[in-house]
Amino acid sequence: MRRFVITATAAALATATVAIAGGHGGNPAVKARNAHMGLYSFNLGMLGDMAKGTTEYDAAAASTAASQLAALAAFDQSAYWEEGTIQGEVDGSRAKAEIWSDAAGWAAKQELMKTASASLAEVAGNGLEALQGGVAGVGEACGACHKAYRGPRN
Amino acid sequence: MFGPLFRWTVFLALLGGAVYWFVTWPSSTSDEQLAGLTANVENGEQVFIASGCASCHAAPEAEGAAKLVLAGGQRFPSPFGTFVAPNISTDASHGIGGWSPAELVSAVTQGTSPEGQHYFPAFPYSSYQRMTLQDAVDLHGYMQTLPADATPSAPHEVSFPYNIRRNLGGWKFLFMNDSWVMEAPDAQRERGRYLVEALGHCAECHTPRNALGGLDHGQWMRGAPDPSGKGRVPGVTPSQLGWGEADIVEYLTSGFTPEFDTAGGHMVAVIENTAQLSEEDRQAIAAYLLALPD
Repeated sequence: MRRFVITATAAALATATVAIAGGHGGNPAVKARNAHMGLYSFNLGMLGDMAKGTTEYDAAAASTAASQLAALAAFDQSAYWEEGTIQGEVDGSRAKAEIWSDAAGWAAKQELMKTASASLAEVAGNGLEALQGGVAGVGEACGACHKAYRGPRN
Repeated sequence: MFGPLFRWTVFLALLGGAVYWFVTWPSSTSDEQLAGLTANVENGEQVFIASGCASCHAAPEAEGAAKLVLAGGQRFPSPFGTFVAPNISTDASHGIGGWSPAELVSAVTQGTSPEGQHYFPAFPYSSYQRMTLQDAVDLHGYMQTLPADATPSAPHEVSFPYNIRRNLGGWKFLFMNDSWVMEAPDAQRERGRYLVEALGHCAECHTPRNALGGLDHGQWMRGAPDPSGKGRVPGVTPSQLGWGEADIVEYLTSGFTPEFDTAGGHMVAVIENTAQLSEEDRQAIAAYLLALPD
């Protein structure tokens, strides 16, 4: 009996350790793309706050943020959109299976983000109105992809 | 020959059958009830946008002007099976081109088809029941101006016992309640309530349901499991959202959250609609949401 208790406790501890390690470490591909999204949102946030009038328009700062956004969109992300890392199967993922089953549609949405952020980078320094138009275009690109390929919050 | 027990059993069975027949009888709107109402097509377009008709009834993947071709075909998974949005274009045989105003009003506000069948509540008539008759007539007038499409409607993929349409009368009896959920102390909150609780049918996704699919009014707009089975539809009470009026209005206009994330999933389609409403309407929705109990 005592031996059984010890074995069971050891097994439970081992399971718990694995669970904690899994939760803490997480899937590297999922972590990488969440970080990528975080960088999008940080740069877009600076631009969006100017567009909304929350912060004052600054042509130089807008140009910098917009060109960084465009550079991020141009990244080759293929390595971290790893097949099978879908919502419900990998912790922290909100990726829908359609990213891989409809690869052409997904690529088109990534291309849309590249184009929209490149256009924004071109006009971000040309005044508030130009910035607002560019930000709206990027917002549509974000939404188009999130509509089809991102699942609801976990 | 038959004992009293048998006679009582027969009696109770007949009584039960009569009650079932009565409770599950599909109700509808008559031409007389709409007498004197003429359609204002321009307002009907606003009702159509606020009610999100195209978001579910446009063909899957439809973009731009194609979203006004209400050919159906989008799939909606749920714990009861998968519902497929039907064709509601103006095609006379595959759509609703031949429908009278009363037939559309019955469908939208009572969930009853022209043939007197209950619709599945995936069609949010339990929200639309709060629509004014004038708005419903205007909606009919506007929808008759939209293009026809001859794509046949696909059958729903719902299995026994949920596929017995007559039983939906029992669902309506239990869960359809046309009273308002929130108080409306002023004109703005009243407009917001009409947009959220009636036309926008927000609670259909943002409020959890009981085992039979009825909305849990005690958890109004507090978030719910996503019907797809993965993830959650967020709660939108003030403390859950943590947004001010300007944040909500911005989200309903551009889809941007205050952190510059964007709406995803079906909410993108909702924002395509709210972006077309007036600024006052978006402010009214914000006022309603900010008044929700925490």
